[in-house]
Amino acid sequence: MIRSIIVAAALAVSVQAAVPQNLDVIKERKQTMKDNGAAAGATAKMLKGDAPFDLATVQKSLNTFISASKKMPSLFPDDSKTGGDTRALPAVWADKADVDARFAKFGQDATDALAAIKDEASFKASFPPIFKDCGGCHEKYRAAQN
Amino acid sequence: MPVRSTLLVLAALAAVAACALWQLTEPRAAFSRDQWQSYEQGGDAARGRIVFEAGGCASCHATPGQPDRLKLGGGLQLKSPFGSFTVPNISPHPDDGIGAWKVVDLANAMLTGVSPSRTHYYPAFPYTSFQRVKIEDVRDLMTFLRTLAPVSGKAGDHDLSFPFNIRRGLGLWKLLFLDGKPLKADPAKTLQWNRGRYLVEGLGHCAECHSPRNILGAVVADRRFAGGPNLEGKGRVPNITPDASGLGPWSQKDIAELLTSGLTPDGDSVGGAMAEVIRNTAELPPSDREAIAEYLKSLPPRQTSPPEKKGSGG
Repeated sequence: MIRSIIVAAALAVSVQAAVPQNLDVIKERKQTMKDNGAAAGATAKMLKGDAPFDLATVQKSLNTFISASKKMPSLFPDDSKTGGDTRALPAVWADKADVDARFAKFGQDATDALAAIKDEASFKASFPPIFKDCGGCHEKYRAAQN
Repeated sequence: MPVRSTLLVLAALAAVAACALWQLTEPRAAFSRDQWQSYEQGGDAARGRIVFEAGGCASCHATPGQPDRLKLGGGLQLKSPFGSFTVPNISPHPDDGIGAWKVVDLANAMLTGVSPSRTHYYPAFPYTSFQRVKIEDVRDLMTFLRTLAPVSGKAGDHDLSFPFNIRRGLGLWKLLFLDGKPLKADPAKTLQWNRGRYLVEGLGHCAECHSPRNILGAVVADRRFAGGPNLEGKGRVPNITPDASGLGPWSQKDIAELLTSGLTPDGDSVGGAMAEVIRNTAELPPSDREAIAEYLKSLPPRQTSPPEKKGSGG
C-alpha cells in the first residue's frame, strides 16, 4: 500500500515536471508585482514621514496599481503553476474567479483613491485601505518566503 | 532475597513513582475560585478591546469562513507535528462558549493553561506567553468578551496521536517549560520599552511563531525570535531580532508601519499568517505599535535559525 502511494507520488511529480512551464509569463507577473512593490514603497515612505508628501508620486503609484490590476488576471495561465521560483500557490488556480475579483477590487480601489486624493490629508485617509487588498491576496495565494 | 519480596519491593517502588507522577502532573491553577468576586470588579470593555487585539484572539477563535472577527465560535484546525488541534468557542454562550466563566477562570486558562474543570490545556493555546499577562488585563478582556454575541455550537475535539492525547502528561511539560513568572518592570528602560516588552513577550505571543521549537514543541530559548519553520505550511517564519539577517536594516518606523499597513520597507505586503496578525495590530493605538518596534529593536541580535534537516520531524 505504502509502496504504491510512493510510486503514484513519484509518477505525479514526474508527470508534472514533464509539462513545459511558461517561464516567461512567471517572470512577467513577478516583475509586475515588483513594480507594485516599488510603487507601494514610495508611498509608504510618505506615510512614515521618511519622505515629503508628493502628489505626482502618489498618482504615479496609483496608476501603476491600476495597470497591474488589469494585466495580472491574464498572467496565470494553466502552464505557469511551477518553476521560475514562483511563490503562487495552487489555490490561485483552484479559485481563479476569486483571484480575478480581487484584482478588480484592487483596481477599483486605486481608481477611487486617484479621484479622492488631492492633498496630504486625503492621501493619509484614502491610500492605506488599498494595502488591505495586497495583504488579503498574499495571505491566501502566495507562499511564505524560504 | 527471595523473588517474591523483590517483586513486592518493585511493586511498591512503582506505586510510589506513579503517585509522584500523578502529583507532578496535577493541573495547578494560580487563582482560587473562592475569591472569584474580587476579580470581577472594575473591568473596562474599551480597554479589553485593546487586550483582545494585542492578544490576537480573533486570529484563532473567530469562526473560519465568515468575515466577522468578533464571532468567536472557534472551529479552526491548527496542524502540528502532534496532530490537529481544534480551536474552542470563546463566545459568551453559556453552554457552548465561556459565558459561564468568571474572570478567575479566564485568568487560570490564560496564565496557567488550566480549565475551570481542572484539566490541562495544550500549549497550542499560547499560555507560555500569556503567563506574563496582568490580571487587570484579563479582567478587562473578560468584560469585553461578555459584550459580544453568543455563538451556539461547540467546536470539535482535538485529533492527536498517542502519547500526546494524554492531557495529564502536559503537567510534566509545564514543569519544564512554564515558569509562571510575571514580567517585572525595568525602571532603567523607557515606559514605552516596558510596554513593548509586555506586548511582545506576553499578549502578542510573537515568539510562538517567530522561533524554532524543540522536539517537545517548546520554543528553543537561545533561538527565541530568530525565525523558524512555518508550522502551518511551506516556507519559513522570519527572524525578528535586530541582526543583519533579521530586522537589523529596519527602523522603528518601518516596524510600526508593517504593523499598521502590512508593508515592508521595500513595499512588499506581508501575507501568510502575518496578514491576519496585521488585522489585529492595525487596531492598536499607534503608541502600542511604536512600543513593539522599540522593544524588538532592543532584542539581542541573533542570526537567522538554519533550516532543519529533512526527516527531523519538523
